[in-house]
Amino acid sequence: MKQKQLTTTDLENVYDQLADALDQTAQGKREIFLVKLALLSAQALGDAEQFRELTCAALLDL
Amino acid sequence: MHTLLAEPRRSIYFDYQVFPVHTASVGASQVERHPVVIVGAGPIGLTTALDLARYGIPSIVLESEQQVSEGSRAIVFTRRSLEILQQVGVAHRVTAAGLGWRFGNSFYRNQRVFRMEAPHDPDDRFPPMTNLQQPCLEQFLVDACQANPLVELRWGNKVDQLIQAEDYATLEIDTPNGGYLLQANWVVAADGARSAIRSLLGLKLEGASYEGRFVIADIKIDLDLPTERLAYFDPHWNPGNTVLMHREPGNIWRIDYQLPRDETPEQALSAESLRERINAQLGIVGVENPQWELDWCSVYSARALTLPNYIHGRVIFTGDAAHLLPIFGVRGANTGFQDCHDLGWKLSLTIKGLAGPGLLDSYSTERVAAAREIIAEAGKSTRFMTPPTPGHSLVRDAVLSLSLTQAFVRPLYHWRTSRAHDYVDSSLNCKDDDNSSFEGGPRQGAPLLNIQLGEDQFLFDRLGASFYLLYFTDAAEVPKDIQAQAQALREQGVPLQILVVAGQQQTHVSGADDLIDDRCAHLRNKYAAVAGSAYLVRPDQHICARWHQLSGQALRNAIETALGNE
Repeated sequence: MKQKQLTTTDLENVYDQLADALDQTAQGKREIFLVKLALLSAQALGDAEQFRELTCAALLDL
Repeated sequence: MHTLLAEPRRSIYFDYQVFPVHTASVGASQVERHPVVIVGAGPIGLTTALDLARYGIPSIVLESEQQVSEGSRAIVFTRRSLEILQQVGVAHRVTAAGLGWRFGNSFYRNQRVFRMEAPHDPDDRFPPMTNLQQPCLEQFLVDACQANPLVELRWGNKVDQLIQAEDYATLEIDTPNGGYLLQANWVVAADGARSAIRSLLGLKLEGASYEGRFVIADIKIDLDLPTERLAYFDPHWNPGNTVLMHREPGNIWRIDYQLPRDETPEQALSAESLRERINAQLGIVGVENPQWELDWCSVYSARALTLPNYIHGRVIFTGDAAHLLPIFGVRGANTGFQDCHDLGWKLSLTIKGLAGPGLLDSYSTERVAAAREIIAEAGKSTRFMTPPTPGHSLVRDAVLSLSLTQAFVRPLYHWRTSRAHDYVDSSLNCKDDDNSSFEGGPRQGAPLLNIQLGEDQFLFDRLGASFYLLYFTDAAEVPKDIQAQAQALREQGVPLQILVVAGQQQTHVSGADDLIDDRCAHLRNKYAAVAGSAYLVRPDQHICARWHQLSGQALRNAIETALGNE
């Protein structure tokens, strides 16, 4: 299933938001912040299979 | 020779009685042979003995100790367990002494983030959960066994050796006065988590052990809190870990808390450590300067293991001897009761020569499948309660944090509690009945639904050690061909009762062994039945066939299947 895509401007905004949020987060809390964000995104996505694919994609090339 | 604790164990709420050791068999000139010897006088061994006695099967129960078990141990008994205990005649005592409850609460950072409500239908006699300390339950079972001429309890008798022959086993038994031999056509191993019989047969449990270890402590304290389960995640005094609290009768509270990873059980059980931590937890529930007395404490680790087969020659495993299940979700004793209730009728009918070749084997098949299902379910809650890896810890902590504001994660707090198992795939279920076309009612493999029949009267009160045909009718007679087959089966020795559910105020229905007045059609509606419908129920209350319309031949075939002839 093809999802709505972010425009380049949106993606740039997400990029900055994520970076700012990570900077606001105390060191040692960044991981849990990212896991919370992942769970909220999964819920918003509403598609466990797609979340599985995204998880696999994120595991590449670490 | 083994030495015994001859002093009564100490307890704040329970008066331990030391029973005389059975030594009369030491030095006997002949080796006794019994149909059934049960090893272990815990809740499961004693319930098995009482269950067998209902079919007229005598048994010997061997217990290595001289008194019932130490500490509260299993404290939560499910509705299904109470229904089973009702069959063996002790549920009224458990209900009178115990505390019923149905709500569970999970807390994180002083906020209640999840509330579990277990349903309670007016048709249920027993509450979803009843809290009672295990020694109290064991005492009720011991009383019932002592009052039963078919049960002989032998205290202070420890099994040292077990040798199997083709159709019996020989047990070498040790007592403080010396040893003796005992032969049994069947040995039921109900000797608990550290089963000596399991070790003697060299059997290995399969499955997983979890890292998380818990202190379990019972204290006497007067707390103005209802009987509900309380779970605290990541409390300030025990970061990252989980604490559980349960009320027990007699102002006793069970506090279970997880140990920090690097702490030994000895350190955790030191008086100072216990005092500090219990006081910190009592602070969370609002008690300042708490005054309490410790009754018992121990260390527990979560395991999810089962034997892959519960029958080995003439030895049958049941309860914790057969499997070890995590305490979260009260799956220990409650699974054991379902084991022994599945076994009781199958072993009895096998001994009486009424069973087909598949009946006893179906005990192992049904109960191993149940244990595996429980292990899969318990694994989920155990991984949430005691995250086993850094990844699990991180996601669990993220869920705790989100749960303060995000409702969608809160169901993850629900640890699925022990439930009655449905033997949907049992070989004992009828293959050509109308099960799949019923539009409601309990399905094949499920236990009967209890129904309130009147003031303090329920359907399960009418049941005993027998197959039951629940026959729904508006007529004054059970059809002749059904009566004839039922009679023929009874003449063979098969215990079968016809329980007529009468829709038209009939006060007498010929061919009925018992009659329920269902003029309000309540039972009929709950069972999605019409006049002529029938449910065939195994002696353990699980449904093995149901029909919209029943013929005598179909009844005969279903009973043959349920007796393991296929």
